[in-house]
Parts: sequence; C-alpha cells; structure tokens
Amino acid sequence: QLPTGLYKKVLVILHDSVLPYMNEPTLMMDFLTVAYGIGGAISLLALNGLFILIHQHNLEYPDFYKKLYSLLDPSIYHVKYRARFFHLTDLFLSSSHLPAYLVAAFIKRLSRLALTAPPEALLMIIPFICNLFRRHPACRVLVHRPGGPADMSEDPYVMEEKEPSKSRALESSLWEIQSLQNHYHPDVAKAAAVLNQFLSEMEDDISGLLELSAYELFDKEVKKKAVDVPLEFEQVRGLFGKKNDIFAEHFSLD
Amino acid sequence: SNPFEVKVNRQKFDILGRKTKNDVGLPGVSRSKAIKKRNQTLLKEYKEREKTNVFKDKRFGEYNTKITPEEKMIRRFALERQQNYGKKNIYNLNEDEELTHYGQSLAEIEKLNDIVDSDSDTEERGTLSAELTAAHFGGGGGLLRKKVSSEQQDEEKEKPKSRKELIEEMIAKSKQEKQERQTRRESALELTEKLDKDWKEIQTLIAHKTPKSERKDKEVEKPKPDEYDMIVRELGFEMKAKPSERLKTEEELAKEEQARLQKLEADRLRRMRGIDEEANKKRPSHMSADDLADGFILDKDDRRLLSYKDGKINIGNEEEKEEDEGEEEEEEGEEEDNEDEEKSQEESASENEEDDAADSHSDLESDIESEEEAAGNKEEKKHKANENESQNVEKSDPKREAAKSELPYTFAVPESYETFKSLLAGRTIEEQLIILERIQKCNHPSLAVGNKAKLEKLFGFLLEYVGELATLDLPELRTIDKLVLPLYNLCQMFPEAASDSIKFILRDAAHDLEEVIEVKGRATYPGLNTLIYLKIVSLLFPTSDFWHPVVTPAFMYMSQLLTKCRITTLQDVIKGLFICCLFLEYVSLSRRFVPELINFLLGVLHISLPKQQAQGYTVVHPFTPVGKNLELLLVCDKEDLKSWEMQNVPLSIVTRLKEASRTEINHTRLSCLALCFDLIKKCAALYESLPSFHEIMHPIRILLTQHVPVNEYPEKMQEWYHSALKELENKVKRYTPLICEKKKPVPLKQYTPKIVKVLEFGRKQAGSKKEQERKQLIQRHKRELKGAIREIRKDNQYLARMQLSEIMERDSARKRKVKELLGSLATQEGEWKAMKRNKWKN
Repeated sequence: QLPTGLYKKVLVILHDSVLPYMNEPTLMMDFLTVAYGIGGAISLLALNGLFILIHQHNLEYPDFYKKLYSLLDPSIYHVKYRARFFHLTDLFLSSSHLPAYLVAAFIKRLSRLALTAPPEALLMIIPFICNLFRRHPACRVLVHRPGGPADMSEDPYVMEEKEPSKSRALESSLWEIQSLQNHYHPDVAKAAAVLNQFLSEMEDDISGLLELSAYELFDKEVKKKAVDVPLEFEQVRGLFGKKNDIFAEHFSLD
Repeated sequence: SNPFEVKVNRQKFDILGRKTKNDVGLPGVSRSKAIKKRNQTLLKEYKEREKTNVFKDKRFGEYNTKITPEEKMIRRFALERQQNYGKKNIYNLNEDEELTHYGQSLAEIEKLNDIVDSDSDTEERGTLSAELTAAHFGGGGGLLRKKVSSEQQDEEKEKPKSRKELIEEMIAKSKQEKQERQTRRESALELTEKLDKDWKEIQTLIAHKTPKSERKDKEVEKPKPDEYDMIVRELGFEMKAKPSERLKTEEELAKEEQARLQKLEADRLRRMRGIDEEANKKRPSHMSADDLADGFILDKDDRRLLSYKDGKINIGNEEEKEEDEGEEEEEEGEEEDNEDEEKSQEESASENEEDDAADSHSDLESDIESEEEAAGNKEEKKHKANENESQNVEKSDPKREAAKSELPYTFAVPESYETFKSLLAGRTIEEQLIILERIQKCNHPSLAVGNKAKLEKLFGFLLEYVGELATLDLPELRTIDKLVLPLYNLCQMFPEAASDSIKFILRDAAHDLEEVIEVKGRATYPGLNTLIYLKIVSLLFPTSDFWHPVVTPAFMYMSQLLTKCRITTLQDVIKGLFICCLFLEYVSLSRRFVPELINFLLGVLHISLPKQQAQGYTVVHPFTPVGKNLELLLVCDKEDLKSWEMQNVPLSIVTRLKEASRTEINHTRLSCLALCFDLIKKCAALYESLPSFHEIMHPIRILLTQHVPVNEYPEKMQEWYHSALKELENKVKRYTPLICEKKKPVPLKQYTPKIVKVLEFGRKQAGSKKEQERKQLIQRHKRELKGAIREIRKDNQYLARMQLSEIMERDSARKRKVKELLGSLATQEGEWKAMKRNKWKN
C-alpha cells in the first residue's frame, strides 16, 4: 500500500519505462489489479499498464469492461490524465466484437457525463462518440429511432446501474448530445449537430483533440479575424443599466 | 494573282458560322515581304554592327505626320531664319555697306540707269528687269518670298522669340480658340436643351388652352424674352414644385421605429442561430437611413421601444410593447419637459453636422453622430440643469463656479495614457464626461484625417482608465457606471478598434491565467477590473451571436475562470457568482447551455453545507467533495441567521472584506446563498426547453431536496429556496426519441448528355470567366512564344545567308585578284623570256 502521490508517479511511468524491461511483466499483475480497484485517478493510471499486460502477455481480466464502465464519473473530463485515459478507452472500444448493449451503455454514460464537461473535453468527446457509432452501427438506435414511442416520461437509461447490460442504454436516446447542440461554444454546438445527420463512413481522427487545452481554444478564438463586428443596439444606461439586469438585483455599485 | 503562287489550306469539314482567316496563303508574297523587311532592319543593323556613330535626323517635323508639308516647310524656313538672325555672315559683304561709285550709291545709279534705259530701248531690249520678269512670268517666288520674309522679319524685330516660345504660343492660341469654340457650343446646347425642357413642361399646361401661345413659345427661343413668356415660364416652374412629404404622425413614427427595431432584432436572431454566417455578411446598420432624413427621431424613442428584450416577449407582440411603451413614457415623463427645447437644438445641430459631414461619410456614421450629438445634448441639458440647481443652492461657492468655468471647450485627443489620465484627474464625474464628450466632438473623424486613429486610441485609454478605477482600493464604480456611456458611443463609431482593444485585454488576462496555472498549478480569481471588463463586453456587443469576435473569447475566458480557479475565500465565491451572473446575462437571449455554470452553482451549494459525505451527486473540479475549503458559506450562528436581511452585495467587497465583522461576513454569506438560489431559479427557467433538463439539474435537485437544511434558514431565505425548488420541480418530463434528419436522396446517375449552351464556337466553355480568361492568356502566350521562336529562327537563317553571300563575294574577289596577279606575272615572265630569246638570237 503506497501513498497516493507515489502511486501516481509509479503508475505514470510504469508502462513505458518499467514493464518493457521486466523479464516477467506478469509479476506486476497483482499490483496493477489492486491499483485498478482503488478507483479515481489511480485506476485511470493503472489502466495503461494493465492494457499492456492484457495485450502482450495474455492476461485474462474478468469484468474488465464493467470495471472500465464504473470508472466513468464526472471527474474524468476534468482530471489531468484525460488524454491518456481517452486514448486507452478508444483502444478498448475499437474492437468491433463488443456487444451493442455495452457500447451503447458507454456512449450513454459518456454523454451523460458530458453535461458537466468543459468545452475542450466536449470537443474531444463528441467526435469520440461519433466514432463509436461508426464502429458499432447497431448503436445507431440511440440517435435514430423512427418507430419508437412518441412520448416517454422517463429516460429509460439507469445511470446508477453498475452493470452495463442492465443499464437499458439501448432503449434510450442521446438527448444529452441534443442538449449540447445549444452549447455556448460554437464549435461544440456544431460538433453536436453532426449527430443530427447520418454519419459519414470515415472515422474522425481524435488524436489531435485529446490534448486540447482551454487556453488553446481561447487562443484560437481570439486570433480569428472578423470581417465586421456586430454591435449591441440597445443604448447603455450605466454598468447595470440593462433591462432585467441580474446584477442590479443582487449587486450594488458601492 | 498567279494561281501557282497561292496555297490553299484545305479544311476537312465545312462548319457553318465559322470564320476562318487563313483560307488561302501567298507564300511567295509573304516571303518576299519578310525579306524586304529584314533588308530594312536586320541587314542594316548587321552592317552597322561594329560602327558606333549614329545618323540622327534633326530636321524639323520630319517624322511628324500631323503637320502638312506646306506648314512644315514654312516652319523650317522660319527656323532657319531665326537661327541666322543676328549672326553676322562674314561672306555676306553687302549687307549694310552700300556700294558706291564716285560717291554715289550704286543702287541709285542703277535706278537712274533704268530711267535712262527706258528712254533708249535700242540696245538693252533683250535684257528685262527682274521686276518685269517677276510680274510677267509668274516667277514671283523670289518677290513673294521677299515680301513674306520681310514681313516675318518685321515681326521678329518686334519680339525676338526663341523657337520654343513661338511654338508654345501657337499651341496655346489654338487651344484657347478650340476651347472657346467648345464652350460656346456647349452653352448654346445647354440653353436649347433647357428651353426644350421648359417648353415641354409648359406645353402640357398650355397645349389644350391656347395653341397660339405655342407659337409664341417657339419665339422664346429667340434671345429676347417676352414679359408674358417669362410669367408663363415662372408659372410652369411653380407647378413643378413637388408636394412635400406629409408630416408623419406619432403613430407612424412609432411604427417606423418598431419596424426598424424588428429588423435589428431579426438580424440578431439570425446571428444567434449562426445560420448563413457566410452568406449574409452585411453589417447591420445601426439605424436606418430614413432617420436622418426626418431628422427628429429622438433616440429616446428607440430606448423606449426596447421592451422586447425581456426575453419573454416575442417580436411583433405589439400589445405588450405598447404597454411597455406606456410604462417607459411614464418613466421618462420628467425628461419630456426638456424634449421640446432639445428638439430644436438637435435639429439645428444635426443639420450643421450634415453640412460638415458632406458626402464623405456614410449614413451610418452620420447617424451615430447625430445620435451621439443628441445624447450629448441631453447630457449637457442635464448638466445645465444640475448646474442651475447647484447655482441656486450654492451660489455662495464662487470657487467651484470658477473651476467649472475653467473647463476649456476644445480638447486635443491625448497621445498617451498618462496625458489622458492627467486630463481627467481631479475632475468630478460630470466634468469627466463633459471632457470626453468635447474630445469626441472636437476631433470628429469627419473634421480631419487623423482623427479616426486618435479617437480609436481614446477608446483604449478609456478602457484602461476604467480598469484602473476598478483596481483602486476603493473602486470608483459610480464613475465607471457613467463612463460606460462614452465607451458605448466610441464603440459604435469604431467597432473594429474597440473589439481589438477588448480582445487585447482578454488575451492578456487569459495569458496571465495560463501562466499562473503553469507555474503554480492552480489559479486565482482575477481582480475586479477583469470582471468589469467582462460586464462591459456584454454592454457593448450582442452576446447572443452564434459566433462573435469578442464575445466568444469572453465566454471561453469565463469558462476557464469557473473551472480552473480555486475557491479559497468568500471573495472568490462572490467573484465566481459574479461570473455566473455574467454567464446568465450572456445567454439570457440565446438560451445557450453553460455546463460550467451549473457545476459552479452546485459547488456553491455544496460548500454551504456542513461537512458530510456527498451522496447522490458529484462536484467537479474547482470544488472537491472533501478538503479544507468546505463550509465556506456555512453559517452556524443563530443570531446572524436571524438578523439577516436580503441586501445587494456591494462589489467593493471583493477588495476589502477583512475589516468586516463576523456578523457582516455571515450576512454576506447568506446573501451569496440567496443569490445562488436565485441563479438556480433563473437557470431552471432558462434551460427548461433543453431535452435533458432533468439530467442537468439532477445533482442540484438532489442537493436541494435532500441535503439543504431548509428549516434552519431565515424565512426570507426559505422563500428563495422554495421558489428555486418550485422552478426545478414543476417541469414536465418529456422525452421524444431522436430521429435523424432525412438524408437527401442521391440522384441516380444519368446517361443523358449534359447540355451546355454554346456561346462561341471553337472555344472551351468550361470554367468560370476568370478561369477562361486565364486559359486564354496562357494560350496567347504560347502562340506568341511560338511565333517569336519562329521569327528568331528565320532571322538567323537570313543572317547566315547574308554572311555566306558576303564570304562568297570576298572569295570571288580574291580569286579574281589572284588571277590578275598571276596573269600579270605570266606576261612579265613571257616578256622576259622573249627578251632572253632575242638576246640569244642576237
């Protein structure tokens, strides 16, 4: 049992500077499994080493996807290791032999969590979800259900369910992405609007989007050259002088 | 011509309508032409290839085809005379000297002789005098010439001029004459035209009345005008005057105004949806052009009608508008008194402005200008009123009066921020406003060339000044409140510059934030000035646009603030809530979804709770479920809870909270909490149309219903709480399954030929006009290149031929000479041998 800081440091470098040089990488199995079970950022980091073991050393990990599914919580869009985590998740979900219910559950959970995500994460996750749809056409019912019931009073998807197979994701629709079409960031809104149409065959390349930072986004926006600048036509009457100004209700200028 | 010399270019197919240039060729003719040309040019050059002297033809007008030969000759002669004039010719002996014979002039003697001769016509009958021959045989050349030359000489004696002067004079004269003629003709034409026009106008009036007058009117064309005609014409002019436009009633004015605002609003909506961003780039003009024409639409009206901004009222919902109008009118009833006075002032002012503005600037600018003018006037009025009041009240304060009268009337735009600051330093708010207004007026862009750049700078200075005011220990927010007006006006005048300077500020702020994050790993909230800037952005620019050069970066920046900055103190919470308010204001019209806002409100609620395990919800980044900065908004003191009353949070609190007492702090906490509840309520109202509204609000609802200790709150707070919760709960859950938009069916491939209109035969049709032009140019270039190469080749062949012939000539000459020499030698030898033989014989 290591302190958290050390745990993280070890796990960050484990996959590329420790595992390749070990004679018996399988010895790390127990360590990684325990780390994976801890939860939070440590689990995310342990994922990388675990992946190498599964991929190259024939490790059988029961309920791997269930575990991965339970790793998804609102913080994944905010943590530092976002890029690494989604890179691996992309790898894990790239198999076309995954059952549709599982992928649908992932899609639904990711998009549900996206409701709290910052724009830079949204710009990454929406193409990610589009790619999942392309790989698993069976999941398209999530965005296209022509013969479904007209009105539902409840989202069938069960967020609290740990087991992806029982989350009833396939009966649901991606209302979250539809909500994100109203996002304040124009690029996010545009990206979300893509799901309104039938998707193209080609997968989007998300490798460039993984590392996107908020500052880069800001910089990109600031550097855009505008042809003309629309102006407010309401005459100002002071700092808080707008109609129904929220500030005037709660702040005073003293 | 000779049919054997004609080469016919046979065509494979005859095509109707095709014009061919090269049906038949005459190779012999063209070849001989080419050779001739080369003889004249290339050969000459070739022969002179090693010679450096050049032949220059300096004869006057030799190559000028515009001058007739006679004129040319005359001019040449004049030139010659000019050159020789004044020079003494040494060979010309009898120029001044008179030859004498025995002291008598020879000329006279000649004359005498002549007389004598006439008497005796015996001996010298055959010799006729020069004059006689001239008169009789038309050999007058000499005589005439003499005459002419003597005349010219006279002239030249009068004004000896150089050749150049002479020519210039001549040219000037001819030009003048020509111009005169033209003006005469033009004026005549104009006169006749005018007459015709007048006549036509009058004709319609008179035609059916008196046919006689018609005839009379025709006489009008003669230069002497009749009194009657003049009257008739005057009458005609009078009738021509157009009926002036009817004065518009109040209703119509209101309607126009409404239409204008509707147009603006529609524009805004279009931008909000982000459709056809590219297609319609037209900048929405701030006011329609008719405003100026009428001249007296007060900008007050336009304020009054802005009622649709509520967010609830639809466009074109007239009733509500009317209502609002009424309200507004009541509100502004006080100002109504001033209005009449203002009106006249304004009118004259705007007229003046118009004169100044001339044609050079657009409607928009002048509009803004007049508006600004109006605003300015109003301000002035207000100030005057104020002053009057103050005069009444404190007449005894001469010092202040003096200070006021000191304010100069013209200001130069300050070149640097320091001078700008010193200009405003120590002035009251009103005076600062006056100064700014005067700066703007004195340096209006229509008055001088550089003024635009200067005023654009002024915007930056003003912005900086506002920021500085906000960073003071005791922020002068009241001043900023007033300074927003000139900012707005300047922004309306120079949108590009304003957006640039605000973008610059935003970029700086974001850059600082990024640096702090990189260095420390965490960020802190920026000062009050940045918050004020963000607020100003919402005042100056439409925040509902899908994409806006200033607003979108501002969004990004605020999002970063809410997600990256640590919350460690109560000030941070207040700043965060301020940004939340900003977000809400930004999206109040467009109803865009801001996840950060919900997250932050959730976090704020979370830190208002006693420490416990968060259940059923998760807080994200700036807030942590466990940690040291919890309970920041928790108030335990029962007394404080009781004594709390809802009050507005003073903004200055963010710079100085330390001095406040514990009770005050607690009260502020509670106010923040109340603000948070209100914001939640507003969010709920704003986002209820989102399909996943319940999922978005789920954590907040859980927190509100399960964790918040409602019963401990004071009553007022409970009201806030319940209203927020009600807003959250009473939304219906409705989900409709998503259906993709129908794909457009891809048309089947057709095998019918594509039919293209043929505009010109023999030319490729595809491509745009530009592309076609490019192709044409390329083709022409190719053709020219080929032709040039061919020409060069032919030149070389010709030259080679010439060289060969030269060599042959030289060789043959040499052969001939050698032969000659050999011949002469042979004869010599022969002679010598013969001599020898003879010797031997002898």
